[in-house]
Amino acid sequence: MNTKFDLTIEPGKGFGGYWKELWQYRELFYFMAWRDILVRYKQTVIGIIWSVLRPLLTMVVFTLVFGKLAKMPSEGEAPYPVMVFAALLPWQLFSTVLTESTNSMVANANMISKIYFPRLIIPSSSAIVSLTDFLISFGMLLLIMFWYQFLPGWQILFLPIFLFIALIAALGAGLWLGALNVKYRDFRYIVPFMVQLGLYISPVGFSSSVIPDKYRLLYSLNPMVGVIDGFRWAILGESSALYWPGLLLSIVVTLCMITCGVTYFRSMERTFADII
Amino acid sequence: MRDTLSAKIRQFGSRLSLPFKGSSNIPIDGADETREFWALKNLSLEVQQGERIGIIGPNGAGKSTILKILSRITDPTKGRIQIKGRVASLLEVGTGFHPELTGRENIFLNGAILGMKRAEIRKKFDDIVDFAEMGEFIDTPVKRYSSGMYVRLAFSVAAHLEPEILIVDEVLAVGDAQFQKRCLGKMEDVGRSGRTVLFVSHNMSAISNLCSKGLYLQKGKAIFFGDVKSAISAYFENSMGDKPSLDSCLGRAGSGGMKYTEIWIENRMGQEVEKFSAGETISIVAEAEAEQYYQNNRIAVGFAIDTASGNRLFTAVSSWKGQEIRTDGKRIRVKCKIESVPLVPGKYYISASLIDGGETLDVAACCLSFEVTEDEMFHLRFTDGDFGILNLPYQFEVSHV
Repeated sequence: MNTKFDLTIEPGKGFGGYWKELWQYRELFYFMAWRDILVRYKQTVIGIIWSVLRPLLTMVVFTLVFGKLAKMPSEGEAPYPVMVFAALLPWQLFSTVLTESTNSMVANANMISKIYFPRLIIPSSSAIVSLTDFLISFGMLLLIMFWYQFLPGWQILFLPIFLFIALIAALGAGLWLGALNVKYRDFRYIVPFMVQLGLYISPVGFSSSVIPDKYRLLYSLNPMVGVIDGFRWAILGESSALYWPGLLLSIVVTLCMITCGVTYFRSMERTFADII
Repeated sequence: MRDTLSAKIRQFGSRLSLPFKGSSNIPIDGADETREFWALKNLSLEVQQGERIGIIGPNGAGKSTILKILSRITDPTKGRIQIKGRVASLLEVGTGFHPELTGRENIFLNGAILGMKRAEIRKKFDDIVDFAEMGEFIDTPVKRYSSGMYVRLAFSVAAHLEPEILIVDEVLAVGDAQFQKRCLGKMEDVGRSGRTVLFVSHNMSAISNLCSKGLYLQKGKAIFFGDVKSAISAYFENSMGDKPSLDSCLGRAGSGGMKYTEIWIENRMGQEVEKFSAGETISIVAEAEAEQYYQNNRIAVGFAIDTASGNRLFTAVSSWKGQEIRTDGKRIRVKCKIESVPLVPGKYYISASLIDGGETLDVAACCLSFEVTEDEMFHLRFTDGDFGILNLPYQFEVSHV
């Protein structure tokens, strides 16, 4: 009698077909993101407008504070608000993906302890939700650029690349922090603080060209520096100079982050149901 | 010959560590103390395709743990499991249900979580709604549902999965009797269509109706794995010991005032017996004592006979026969005579209760056991086939027409 088994469960051993399984469960990515978006706007009145208001208001405040009060220079010919908004976009994507992924595991504790599916889907689907926010804000950016009659150059075609880098960086950190958060709930409080700090350290309200040259490379250890510079370059075109060494360093850091994140998450995945 | 689908579980345990730390986080004696608790130990069994296994045992035996391991939610600490076929587990009704979403939205969400594809859900959508009897409420947010509606919908989604192996954990503890019947019916359909079912429950009649084999777990070890009726008897016997008595019965409760002190069975001659043959006349005799403050009250006495699998066969209550009982003396002795007990050979249990109006003064579940012995007609033990529980006198008459 020849019996071939589909599945072998053993302690400790990694599960080889994980990525294949992720593909089998691909619809779950969509459903969980769909659920989060739906729930967000249930019983709200201004719900969907908030996606638009939030980046808009931040941009206004930043323009006033950094542009008018601190008199930070803009990049080239570009209007200050556009410069700020161009950086706000990837930053808000990064920060929401990071915060949501960190909390996503604990928020879905009920499902984790009662049903099996590849757990990687949970933080990833919260990233998808943040992406939709990004798209709305991007539409807003286009409107603002239209208002200022500022047209983007050919560089804008490279935007998806920088978007991808931002996403990967955020997801890498988010997976790592999300897995840690399951065991040590402190991260729920640490992460918003980190994000808050990051907003001022990263070149969102100002251009990274204000950083003195000798510190520029060090500054680029923050992966968002490379991403934001890239976004600005893509959107503002000739007005923005791209600091290539910094960008490369940011990409390297991003790759490290995603590798660490996924590895740690996978290694902890089997214990989630027990400690959550 | 079809390949057999089997879940082979070999030698595995699952360990939960409970770390203890000193109150100021300083390790005691230089090392953290961890207490080991093996939820399952040395479990080894094989399940063939199409078998329906009932997993029974007291609380904390490891039943839910074994399901969690098979569902890949928890990892085993040691050992190996091999599975062929798609597994769907129902460890909780309504996993993933979000209260803000409507029933319709939750069907899709829950279905996707359980592993159904969107096209599949859409195809079965109407069946799911019909089975749950939701009707027009399908588009209301689930937070507005009654608990019954919630459970019906949740079960309905899961019931329309078509896995090769279905794992169900005590989810039928909720819902009204009609719903439970429908759920069991649905699970029977699943079983009959050749799928493997693993079912954990405390409801012994559900287990014996649905399952062909039983796994009896206690404290993480497999005590018995085999025919379901034997597993249930083993469980019952172990729960109550070989000889249940008033002191060690399945459950004792009551508001007090009057309590049973002794209970036994007498045969026609007045001798105390533990076994008798089918068709004999016996009496259940009990003595009960009243507290000082409890005098001159009219009470009723009830006796019940249960099978070894927990099915109630018969109830006798004194007040139904117009028998008046008063607690005049301190002690009373009640005798209930049952003519020609028509039971097939096997082990049975007696429960006794004392009632005052609507109030239960004392109830002792399964406090006495007796055995109906085999006779010429019934060489087989009742577990060898389902010949029923009654052993009624009958005669055949043949004529040519």
